[in-house]
Amino acid sequence: MKAEQIAPTRGANPGEPEPVGSGSPGRPESTEGGSRRRGPLGTRARTAARLLPLVPAVLLLLVFLAGPVAWSFYGSFTNAALTGKEARNPQWVGLENYVTLFQDPVFPLALWLTVVFVVASAIIGQNFLGLGIALLMNRANRVVGSLVGLTVVAAWVLPEIVAAFVAYAYFSKDGTLNQVLSAFGMTGPNWLFSLPMLAIILANVWRGTAFSMMVYRAALNDVPIEITEAAMIDGAGGSKRLVLITIPMIKSSITTNLMLITLQTLSVFTLIWVMTAGGPGNQSTTLPVMAFQEAFRFSDIGYGTAIATVMLLIGAAFSVVYIRALRPGKG
Amino acid sequence: MHRTAKLAVSVLMATSMIALAGCSAADTGADSKTLKIVYEKTDSFTALDTLFKKIKPEFEAAHKGVTVNLQPIQANDDDYSTKLALSQQSAETAPDVFYEDTFRLRSDIDAGYLLNLDDHLDGWADWSKFNEGAKGAGMGDDGSTYAVPLGTDTRGIWYSKPVFTKAGIAVPWQPETWDDILTAARKIQATQPGVVPFNMYAGKGTGEGTVMQSFYELLYGTGDSLYNENDQKWVVGSAGFKDSLTFLDTLYSEKLAVDPSDALDPNVWKKVFGELFPKGQLGGTVEGSYTPSFWQKGGSYEWPAYVTDMGVAAFPTQNGDAPHGVSMSGGWTLAVGAKTKNADLAFEFLSLALNKENSLWYDINNSQIAVRTDVAADPTYLAANPFVAAVTDLVSVTHYRPATSDYPKISAEVQAATEAVITGQMSVDEASAAYDTAVEAIVGSDKVTK
Repeated sequence: MKAEQIAPTRGANPGEPEPVGSGSPGRPESTEGGSRRRGPLGTRARTAARLLPLVPAVLLLLVFLAGPVAWSFYGSFTNAALTGKEARNPQWVGLENYVTLFQDPVFPLALWLTVVFVVASAIIGQNFLGLGIALLMNRANRVVGSLVGLTVVAAWVLPEIVAAFVAYAYFSKDGTLNQVLSAFGMTGPNWLFSLPMLAIILANVWRGTAFSMMVYRAALNDVPIEITEAAMIDGAGGSKRLVLITIPMIKSSITTNLMLITLQTLSVFTLIWVMTAGGPGNQSTTLPVMAFQEAFRFSDIGYGTAIATVMLLIGAAFSVVYIRALRPGKG
Repeated sequence: MHRTAKLAVSVLMATSMIALAGCSAADTGADSKTLKIVYEKTDSFTALDTLFKKIKPEFEAAHKGVTVNLQPIQANDDDYSTKLALSQQSAETAPDVFYEDTFRLRSDIDAGYLLNLDDHLDGWADWSKFNEGAKGAGMGDDGSTYAVPLGTDTRGIWYSKPVFTKAGIAVPWQPETWDDILTAARKIQATQPGVVPFNMYAGKGTGEGTVMQSFYELLYGTGDSLYNENDQKWVVGSAGFKDSLTFLDTLYSEKLAVDPSDALDPNVWKKVFGELFPKGQLGGTVEGSYTPSFWQKGGSYEWPAYVTDMGVAAFPTQNGDAPHGVSMSGGWTLAVGAKTKNADLAFEFLSLALNKENSLWYDINNSQIAVRTDVAADPTYLAANPFVAAVTDLVSVTHYRPATSDYPKISAEVQAATEAVITGQMSVDEASAAYDTAVEAIVGSDKVTK
């Protein structure tokens, strides 16, 4: 559910079959009626032959992507469980799981925390910090630029579980952050306990900013220098150039990046589980944590998949917004 | 160009065929004469691993062509049971013999994961040596036996004699009421800053530890209980439930227990055994009869002085009413997987692991209370550590968890209630009301009683 859902970005898809009718040039044209009868038949066969190589890929997508999604969707209408008599004979329970979910006092909280987490750590944190670093790096000298790049990318290169432990060690009660603070004579709070959301948001910003930075660096390199220079000659200042030239020109990269980081952040689990396990209480229980707890702690697979389905819908809603924003001719 | 494309397509198709075949076909390499043994192993629980490693060559020598495949799962109790349940989903991954917690047993019998052992037990002479209570632990709702117990345990107060003496409290100490505990704890707090006076687990972090080694000792000492066995209904809205939460609230708000943020750490018990008690920084806590296994030679936190420094007391009832003590018992069993292809071999392995010699070794090295009468009478068992007699006495005041399939979910709600109270997120009344609502949602309003 992460990177696989990328919509086509800039440029046409090179793999697309050519439009019907651009037949081979060497063949002599026959009468109109003849071409109508033979031509479409020939091209149809050729289109089919051209689509054939896609079959394995489509099959794999169906088996490994659509399959689990469909199973999860089906499971959410049953009382499937890991133990108890429901594990032997799962029953169809209709919308019962969804009814329970919408009455569950934890659900609105988890939904709210998920939105806070996505908006604060991805849309605001990673996105703006990534853009800012990319812009600064364009002006910085090469040594400073590569040093900054290396530092930022280091967090992204770490496997998620390692990054999660690093973040835990940093924010925990006797962790790095509080030791640094105490060196300045300040006593930091127990971040994971008193400010759990802030801690996981900062950790996710730290871990994910590199991705946005790299996307924006690539996009900024594509902005033609002539246009920027022309704007400079016309007397546009730095901020004016950014708003009027740079941002409109990298608009599609911004949208693609926003979609990717939104979907990635929506499904962040390891980082939160290692740092706070959703606690204290339910104060950092986002939807993935809630789904895991219900499915694997309380063995209620049906209920867990119902939460997963709701997450899928939220992801789909974000994607629709971004894909619409990507349409040419808008804005 | 054309040829390259063709090549690419055939390579792509070939790889995807392999990939597809790989996920559909069963692993045909699985020898029909392999026994898969699944059990828990942690840095502080290695006794079962050692036992199985010891009997593996013995068993393989006695049964030519049979391979014993030991698969320890390195996880805490909760994660262990999740991984075990997941492995039961397919005959390819399901174990032949596995280690099973008694409180999950009935639920897993309902799920069809355990093999009915009645026929096998009939032909096993040693079965008559198991005491009746222990036999009941492996029984399903249908009266058949599905698992054989390894041992059982009880729970009581473990306290540090040096800390108590310094606070001016006479040892050996036996509190009669809850107030006696608070009084002692306040004395320790007043005399020894930096020492945690009396800790009791709370919150979801310690999982079953929170209820087994803390909340239920309180609840079952109030005269109320969690579940009414007679009419098979869950008790809600009881005064005992609120009183128990209030006691925990008092411990944590007066800072007599560890800091709430430490209490939520799933590893807080390691700190209790490995750090606080040996360093004399903890007055007392409620823990299991297996406690000496951490400190004795070969344990995770070797501490020879525990023999003289530690004391055991029964946890008191709320107001000192009879029977003057409360304990909780659990225990683990060995079971044969319902999907096994070699039921006879699997049972033979189980019976070898649980014969007198091996049971004795395991009970001593894991500080278990023996369930075999011949082991219980063995002089080496009684001499294993100075506390064997004291913790065995607690059997007379012990309680068992309701062995229903709803229990794990209810237990999680109890844990959530304690967490809400000690973190100050809810008042005692709010947490108790939230628990009542949650229980009713889990079991239905016809299965609860006031």
